[in-house]
Amino acid sequence: MKNTWLIYRKELRSYFTSPIAYIILALYALVFGVFFNFYLRGFQQYAMQAQMMGRSFPMNINEMIVRQVLMDTSVIGLFLIPMIAMRLFAEEKRSGTIELLMTSPVRDIEVILGKWLAAMALYAVILVVSSVNLTFLFIYGKPDWKPILVGYLGSLLQGGCLLAIGTFLSTLTRNQIIAGVSGFCVSLLLWLLNSFTAFESTPTSKVLGYLSVVGHFEPFTKGVLDSKDVIFFLSAIFLGLFLTARSMESLRWRA
Amino acid sequence: MIKVEGLTKRYGRTLAVNDISFQVEKGQVVGFLGPNGAGKTTTMRVLTCFLPPTAGTASLAGYDVLDQPLEVKRRIGYLPETPPLYPEMEVSEYLTFVGRLKGVTRSAIARRVDEVSGLCAIGDMRDKLISKLSKGYRQRVGLAQAIIHNPDVLILDEPTAGLDPKQIIETRELIKDLAKAGAHTIILSTHILPEVEQTCERVIIINKGQLVATDTVENLTHRLRGSEAVAVEVESRDGKLDAAAAQRRLEQVAGVSRVVLKQSLDERATFEVESLQKAAIRGDLARAVVESGWNLNELRPLALSLEEIFLELTAGESEVAAPAAGGNK
Repeated sequence: MKNTWLIYRKELRSYFTSPIAYIILALYALVFGVFFNFYLRGFQQYAMQAQMMGRSFPMNINEMIVRQVLMDTSVIGLFLIPMIAMRLFAEEKRSGTIELLMTSPVRDIEVILGKWLAAMALYAVILVVSSVNLTFLFIYGKPDWKPILVGYLGSLLQGGCLLAIGTFLSTLTRNQIIAGVSGFCVSLLLWLLNSFTAFESTPTSKVLGYLSVVGHFEPFTKGVLDSKDVIFFLSAIFLGLFLTARSMESLRWRA
Repeated sequence: MIKVEGLTKRYGRTLAVNDISFQVEKGQVVGFLGPNGAGKTTTMRVLTCFLPPTAGTASLAGYDVLDQPLEVKRRIGYLPETPPLYPEMEVSEYLTFVGRLKGVTRSAIARRVDEVSGLCAIGDMRDKLISKLSKGYRQRVGLAQAIIHNPDVLILDEPTAGLDPKQIIETRELIKDLAKAGAHTIILSTHILPEVEQTCERVIIINKGQLVATDTVENLTHRLRGSEAVAVEVESRDGKLDAAAAQRRLEQVAGVSRVVLKQSLDERATFEVESLQKAAIRGDLARAVVESGWNLNELRPLALSLEEIFLELTAGESEVAAPAAGGNK
């Protein structure tokens, strides 16, 4: 436990002493802001039209703004999350500090958890910063806060799943770029799998579609907390971290 | 303290270390000697639980590297060939991190960082970023990180590689100081021989993954130097020197086994004269030269340095090396 905490603190610090955290933070904040602005304007226009026609349409801030923004920005997450995870092990392997970690009286799993939690913490900070936009909704309107919370929980779970996979990929190479690019490819694949379910409903396409992260993320944005989706993400996180542990162990045998 | 038995390590088809056995007693400073690629780093990595052995066992203070790696790691301080540093950290921050990771308690860590900073002479650099440090300082920070938890065993992989001569001397002094304190058992690997002569009590020589010899430095030198070698420079008093005649004369001296002409100029020549076992020939050589009417410019005993021993052993040419290799295996 103490060792996990040590590794976690070290990783988090090195994120914030290098430009990477700030770049990702700024990029995400920018994209989130643009999408937010876009949907907010749409909402405004819709409201104006409704007024002019003198009829009241059912209008819902959660449905029309929050949900859309969360859906769209989760796609940006596919690009950004591999950037967070890529350095975790690749950097240690390149600089040789992996030898320090692996010859210290620390269990592999403590190292892995510390690193993954640090990446999660950075991702959580990014999400929190983006949520500043949403406070405007609370100032000028009355959105329901519970679906927003569920939506953010979904973002966090999806991020955790992709980060766990990214961590695993990072143990496979000493080159950060390769780790990042392959992480991006896997993220993209997991995202695209959703399209299999669009036109056919054979068992294969159902299975493939089930593996898509988007399919499991979408209910969260609606404010639906389904245990099926939570379990999907938790098991994906477990799988990613498990593979990381196996890969780290095999480092010893391959090295 | 350290016990290695039949250690073998393969990388795929390559045999990196082949059936090595040795023991190191508590408090000893042992030099691990061999040319590049001999298997030094591999052996050290097995001892530090970084790599598992393919066959054989290695144990440290009674703990096996495969069965109880955490216990072994707690007792080991390891400096890999490139110091494992995080460039974005400050020196004291880095030492604190490593110390805590190695099991130094929160209450003791500040004191330990102070101590090792003093010992490794990096006190002035404590607040600097590691990325800003020179190579010599990085090496010292690496050494400081290896001793931060006051380990029983210190394993140093080429601790002086890539340093300038002044830094090399300082690092050696530091290792000697650590050894003098007596609390540490030290294994250091190197392919530089004077380093072993200066810092170590015992030498383990390996080559191509095989154990070639293991003994104390003096014994090894002594064992190989049964005979004496002398450099002799002879000068003619009047003009040209007949080098062949001089060589013949030197060969006639009692106890001389071999005379090699090293260099021949017009009026002088240099020979390397080897004696038979235990024969004292220097006095007779001097007399022979002078009595033949030549000047004796130089008469210098050639010490067989560890360097030559090393070359002899690893090249596998010398017959002298054979008993040395067999002796302690």
